Amino acid sequence: MTVLFQQFFRSLLRSFQDLLPIILVIGFFQLVVLRQPVPELGQILLGGLMVLLGLTLFVQGLQMALFPLGEEMAYSFVKKGNLWFLLLFAFTLGFGTTVAEPALIAIADEAAGIAAEGGVIENIEPARTAYAGGLRLVVALAVGIALLVGVIRILKGWPVQYLIIGGYVGVVVMTAFAPPEIIGIAYDSGGVTTSTVTVPLVAALGIGLASSIRGRDPLVDGFGLIAFASLTPMIFVMAYGMMF
Amino acid sequence: MDELIHFGQTALGLIRDVLPIAVILIGFQVLILRRPIQNPLRVGLGLVMVLLGLALFLEGLELALFPLGRLMAEQLTAPAFLFGEGTEAILEFSWSDYIWVYLFAAAIGFATTVAEPALIAVSIKANQVSGGTITVNGLRFAVAVGVAFGVALGAFRIVTGTPLHWYIITGYVVVIIQTVFAPRAIIPLAYDSGGVTTSTVTVPLVAALGLGLAETIPGRSPLLDGFGLIAFASLFPMISVMAYAQISAWRTRRVREANSSSSDNL
Repeated sequence: MTVLFQQFFRSLLRSFQDLLPIILVIGFFQLVVLRQPVPELGQILLGGLMVLLGLTLFVQGLQMALFPLGEEMAYSFVKKGNLWFLLLFAFTLGFGTTVAEPALIAIADEAAGIAAEGGVIENIEPARTAYAGGLRLVVALAVGIALLVGVIRILKGWPVQYLIIGGYVGVVVMTAFAPPEIIGIAYDSGGVTTSTVTVPLVAALGIGLASSIRGRDPLVDGFGLIAFASLTPMIFVMAYGMMF
Repeated sequence: MDELIHFGQTALGLIRDVLPIAVILIGFQVLILRRPIQNPLRVGLGLVMVLLGLALFLEGLELALFPLGRLMAEQLTAPAFLFGEGTEAILEFSWSDYIWVYLFAAAIGFATTVAEPALIAVSIKANQVSGGTITVNGLRFAVAVGVAFGVALGAFRIVTGTPLHWYIITGYVVVIIQTVFAPRAIIPLAYDSGGVTTSTVTVPLVAALGLGLAETIPGRSPLLDGFGLIAFASLFPMISVMAYAQISAWRTRRVREANSSSSDNL
């Protein structure tokens, strides 16, 4: 029991170190630059404690559940030897986790507002909802395809840079043709698709796959899935903008 | 009491977000893989800890960091702070009037990235997989430096009103050139670190800063210019992580060369 307690206390301390930079930055700008008192100190202390405890629990749970789960499933798929199920799993994981992502819902609604204001679609509620819904679907599709291609790449052992650089060239070419209103949203949509629960799971899946296939190196072949998932939405969103 | 209800709502919302993931995992496990999970109790407990931890983390951020951070972003971009009391609207300005904004953007970008849970997860994995060559804190530091530079440059872009795609395309060219010269093993990890930086902690604060800038500067539209900061925050970590690996490789080589030349002398 005391060992467990000591371990928990140590991870609590590590979380505190992780949060220290935020405290210093906020404190410096509030007190020295803006010269204002810190409002509602009690609430901030309470919130700070919750952040500290939450981060500690998350990191512990990560190593107990998300990492082993992702890796174990990767091993099981390789052992089963059915490629189609693995690819179906990769696509479903990407699509399913993205379509309900709150950050994406927020950005899709804003994008619909911009499109309506710019006269791309009619400025009425149903048209905006349809536009936002379509955008979410397109981004989810993009992430699903990204994981699918990423898994094929791990299986084949293709170097990641050719695919990613090829994708960048695609982004650059499409930027020239896409309507200017959509470009900012398209570039940002790459960053918002990868949530805090999905990232560890996807990383563990890639590393699990790379370490259970002979001839693959977990460091060189295992990483890269997240990069795909943040690249394809940019291309797909610009294509979506060009269709209207 | 209100806080308790609010926390309950956050937890419920989180469960709704995680539900698709759980359904996919359980569905494939039960219907297709048909293999029992090892240590189901430990995994179950771990999942509860992940959920509870994230709920506490988000709720705490909402209580402590976000209101204050948003207020600070607002105050730092307000005409009254930049051009003295009583200034209502900005008529003339140069990019150098916003020096505190760039500093704040860099500092908050760095600090929030260090606390980003998804980045902690990837760093732990990278450390395990590389056999300790990549340290958890080294990777996070490199990524955070990239985000700091990216967000500051993004703020500069909003102030000057230059087109977003010039910066992004130039960044891509740098990434491509670095890819040719960087150590092979770091490349996938560097590409990945672009995607993990921008999640729970960084996005709300950085978005507030972009919006505050775009709203107060004449000629900028919050709709068009407020976007794009996140793109900067996911591009520059790739550059900084590859640079970190290049510098370490170069230093190792120099030490080795120094050693071999000193042994030649003997």
